Amino acid sequence: MHMADALISPAVGGTMLAVTAGLAAYSAKKITNEMDEKKIPLMGVMGAFVFASQMINFTIPATGSSGHLGGGLLLAILLGPYAGFLTMTSILLIQALFFADGGLLAYGCNVFNLGFCSCFVSYPFIYRWFTRQGLTSRKILWGATASGIVGLQLGAFSVVAETLASGKTELPFSTFVLLMQPIHLGIGLVEGLVTAAIVTYVWRARPEILEKAAIGGALGDRSIKKFLTGLAIGVVLIGGALSWFASTSPDGLEWSMERTAGTTEIEATDGIHQLFADLQSRTAFMPDYGFKAPAGASSEEAISEETASSWPAVDAGTSAAGLVGGSLTLVLAALIGYLVSLSKKKGSKAAA
Amino acid sequence: MKDSLRDIRLLDDLARRQNPINKLHPLVKLLTTIIYLAVVVSFGRYEISALLPLIFYPVVVFALAELAPGRILRRIAWVMPLVIGIGIFNPVFDHQTVTIMNSTISKGWLSFISLVIKCVLTVAAGILLVATTGMEKLGAAMRIIGVPKIMVLQLLLTYRYILLLGDELARMLRAYSLRAPGHRGIKLAAWGSFAGSLLLRSFDRAQRVYAAMCLRGFKGDYNTGDDAKVGVRDLQFLIGWVAFFLITRSYNLPFLLGSFLTGVIGQ
Repeated sequence: MHMADALISPAVGGTMLAVTAGLAAYSAKKITNEMDEKKIPLMGVMGAFVFASQMINFTIPATGSSGHLGGGLLLAILLGPYAGFLTMTSILLIQALFFADGGLLAYGCNVFNLGFCSCFVSYPFIYRWFTRQGLTSRKILWGATASGIVGLQLGAFSVVAETLASGKTELPFSTFVLLMQPIHLGIGLVEGLVTAAIVTYVWRARPEILEKAAIGGALGDRSIKKFLTGLAIGVVLIGGALSWFASTSPDGLEWSMERTAGTTEIEATDGIHQLFADLQSRTAFMPDYGFKAPAGASSEEAISEETASSWPAVDAGTSAAGLVGGSLTLVLAALIGYLVSLSKKKGSKAAA
Repeated sequence: MKDSLRDIRLLDDLARRQNPINKLHPLVKLLTTIIYLAVVVSFGRYEISALLPLIFYPVVVFALAELAPGRILRRIAWVMPLVIGIGIFNPVFDHQTVTIMNSTISKGWLSFISLVIKCVLTVAAGILLVATTGMEKLGAAMRIIGVPKIMVLQLLLTYRYILLLGDELARMLRAYSLRAPGHRGIKLAAWGSFAGSLLLRSFDRAQRVYAAMCLRGFKGDYNTGDDAKVGVRDLQFLIGWVAFFLITRSYNLPFLLGSFLTGVIGQ
C-alpha cells in the first residue's frame, strides 16, 4: 500500500504533500487548542506501539496466512482523529526514512491514503456512527470492521488514482482497480478485526482510556459541517490539479477519457483499450510521444531538446550515441566513487 | 522484527560518525535530497540515457560518507518487488516498438527499465539522507522549514520509543512462542489480549515518561542540541549539486558525450 517515489510524478507528489501539510497543520492547531500537552508523550508512545504492533503476525484462521495492523483506525479510536492523524504522519515518515517503505516525495500520498482515509473518513463517519449510543463489544466489532474495510478501500482507490494521474503505469484504470480493490478488501477486513480485538480488550480492562479519547476527539455537529466543506474544497482542488496534469500526459488523458465515457462494463473498456492499443502500435513512432525538454533559445538547448524527444524514435545513430554515452556515464560514476573512497582510505591511513 | 530494530540502530550509528557529509548542515542535506527526488521523477517515462548521470549524486555521497554498500543495496532490493509488480504491466500494455542498434524493443520495456532506475535512485537518496543525518538533526531541519513544533516533537518521541517498545515486543513474542511452539503467528483468540496488553503497558509507560519529563523541566520543547548555522561549505554543496541536477535535467549528457565520441571515431 505504501507508494514509492518512482511511481509518482512531481505534480501529484507536490499536490498531495501540500494537502497533507494543510491537514497536519490543522490537526496540530486543533490539538494545541483542545488538549493538554500530556497527550504528546502519549502520542509518541502510541506511535511506537503501532510501529511495534506492525511487526506482529496475526494468524488468520483457516487460511494459513497472517495479517498485519496498519494502525490508522486504532490510533483514531484511542487518541481521537487529530492526534491519531498526526501520530500516523510520524509513523509513515519513519517508515519512509528508515525502511524505504514509501518514498519522501510520495509521503503526502501515503499519509493521505493511510492516515486521512481512516482518521478523517472512516473513523468519524462509520466507527462513531456504530458506537454513537455507547460501547458494547458487538458495536466495537461491527464499527471497527466496517471502518477498516471502508478506510482501506478508499486508500487503495487513492493509490490507483495517484499512480494513474502520475502516468507511470500503462495499466488501464479498470484493470488496476480490479487488481487493487479485492486485495484490500481482505486487508481491510483483517485491519478491522484486529483493531476490534485490541479495542475490546482495552475497553474491558481500562474503559477510562476509551472514554477519554471519545471526549477529546469528538467531532461536534459544527466541525463535521466544517470538515465536509473543507473536504469538498480539497476534492475540487485535487481534482483540478490531477485533471490539469492528465491533460498534459497522454495516458492520463486516455484514463480521463475512459472515465468520462462512463465505463460500467469492464469488457467493453478493455475492448476500447485494445482498439486504441492496436491503433497506436500501427501508427507507432508518433512524434508526440517524445517527452518535452525545457524550451530554450540557444542552439545547444535545441539540440538537447531534439535528442530528448528522439531517444525513443528510430535512428540508429542517435541510439548508438545514447548507448555509448550511457555506458560511459556509468563507468565514470563507478570510477569516481572508487577514486573518492580510495583517497579517503589513504587519508585515514595517513592520519593514523 | 529484530532485523528492523537492528537497522534503525545501524542507521543511527552511521549518522553519528564524523565525515564530510555527516558534518553538513541537516537542512542542506534535506533540501538537496528533495530537489534530487523531484528531478529524478520528473524525467519522461521512456527516458533512460538522460537519467544515468543522476547516479553520480548517490555514488559520490556514498563514497564521501564511507558507507558500506551491502546493506543499503539490500534495502533497495527489498523495495523493488512493489515497483516491479506495477511496472511489469508496462510491457504488457505498451506494444509500441522501437529499434535500437538493429534490435527491436517494446517501448513498454523501455518505460519499465526507466521506472526501475528511478526506483533505485530515489530509494538510495532517501537512505543516504538518514544514514548521514540521523533523526534528531532531521527534526531540527524540519523545525527550520516551518514544520509545527508539536509534529516534530511527536516524531522524535515516536522514534525514540520504537526501540524501547520493540524490545518489549520481542520479549513478549519470545514468551508466546515458547508457550505455543510451532505456531507461526498469534492465534485469533489471543489477538486482542496480546496486542492489547502491550498497548496498556505502553500507556502506563507514557504516563511515567511524562511525569519524568515534567520533573526534568519539560515545557513542550525538545532540544536537539547543537544549533549550527548554514556555512559556506553547506551552500557550496547545495548549489553545486542543484546546478548539476538542473544541467542533467536540461541536457542529455550521456547522449552529448556519446555523439561526441562516435563522431570522433567516425572521422
